[in-house]
Amino acid sequence: MKVRIDADLCQGQGRCFSIAPNIFGFDDLGNGVVLGDGELTDETIESARLAQSNCPEHAIFIEE
Amino acid sequence: MADKESVLDFATDWDHTDPQWVDNPYPIWEDLRERCPVAHTERYGGGWFPTTHEVVSAIANDTEHFTSRQVVVSKNKYPEFAPPAPIGGAPPITSDPPFHQIARRLLLPAFAPGPINALEPQIRALCRQHLDGLKGREFIDAGLEYAQFIPPGVISHMLGFPPEDGDQFREFVHVVLDLIDLEPEVRAPLFEPMAEYFTVQIEDHIQNPRDDLTSYLLNVEVNGQRLAPEHVRGSMVLILVAGIDTTWSAIGSSLWHLATHPGDLARLVNEPDLMALAVEEFLRFYAPVTMARMVKEDMEYAGCPMKKDDWILLGFPAANRDPAAFEDADEFIIDRAVNRHAAFGLGIHRCAGSNLARLELRVALEEFIKRYPKFQIDDSSDVTWAQGQVRGPRHIPMKVA
Repeated sequence: MKVRIDADLCQGQGRCFSIAPNIFGFDDLGNGVVLGDGELTDETIESARLAQSNCPEHAIFIEE
Repeated sequence: MADKESVLDFATDWDHTDPQWVDNPYPIWEDLRERCPVAHTERYGGGWFPTTHEVVSAIANDTEHFTSRQVVVSKNKYPEFAPPAPIGGAPPITSDPPFHQIARRLLLPAFAPGPINALEPQIRALCRQHLDGLKGREFIDAGLEYAQFIPPGVISHMLGFPPEDGDQFREFVHVVLDLIDLEPEVRAPLFEPMAEYFTVQIEDHIQNPRDDLTSYLLNVEVNGQRLAPEHVRGSMVLILVAGIDTTWSAIGSSLWHLATHPGDLARLVNEPDLMALAVEEFLRFYAPVTMARMVKEDMEYAGCPMKKDDWILLGFPAANRDPAAFEDADEFIIDRAVNRHAAFGLGIHRCAGSNLARLELRVALEEFIKRYPKFQIDDSSDVTWAQGQVRGPRHIPMKVA
């Protein structure tokens, strides 16, 4: 499982890096970025999903 | 104002300055959502008010059919101080693509989490200073004596304006955001003190450049050129106006909620880790900010015959109460885990100051409940709410001891 942020959809709402700071960070403009390669583990999948379900712009995607 | 006709049916004649709306808009929105869901008015020169999350989101994301040229509904459409799209009077909030992105990118780095989080100790000190001033009191006004002081203190620091000018800032904001139902010729002169104030500040920063947002805007270059003077001034006005009663309202509404819901107050005091979720639920449930758009050309949209230059009152607070978008939408759930609220808007105009607003709200609440683990509304006095596109309590009489 991999998580990614669609940079065209992200508007820097800031929810992902507050909810899951171990998975998401931010760039100089405050837009969300995935830290590392975005590969999710059993430990991180749940918080990635929670961040996804809180993104007002629907910019987070979790893929097999 | 007093000579205004009361609204009988908000579906065909809405007015967001009607006392009924100002007092409690939520039942009105709920009714409209079921009946319309896009309400109409002939007031203010004609406009529409969508009440569902779906339509609010669609319009916020549709810069092809809607312009941000004027974002505050008033009786003067296209006043002299609002240059046309794509720049508008207060870039980037009044700007349309593609100019919007240029103007926005200039501001975003200063409001990104890095520099904003660094302000936390200063905000905390400001909160404590105002709470210290209330020591020994049994009754306080948490709006007038606390909430309203926090945002101006931070924003004057960022712009490099004298911190003691807070009263003037609140008066500017009152003119821009509250007094929207005055006739244009009555309202226009009220903008003059603000224009003068900015002229003085800009002149001072040209003579004495320093490390603040004003000097940054005066000196920053895009494609080798400095910004037009109207752009600098417009962005400064935006930062000041948008950064004050918005967050002040969010702090006030949250304190009002806690003062009227002892169970939520007790939970927040006993479980400080809840604060992050609570802040998002305060923002959803009491979202202070409604923005506006204008219709670009005559068209049929969401089943409505929209005309060029019609207002759209873009009710993010109404979207936040839509049961189609939120489970138990009309319930305040302090630990709501899934909360895709639109308090900071949606799409390219997402509030540039959202990181700052969240920080101020969290710290202001943390410091307040640390000082007063128990407080309640003082029923002997009235809570009053601001009218217009920013909703929040102005007087919050409380018993704190």
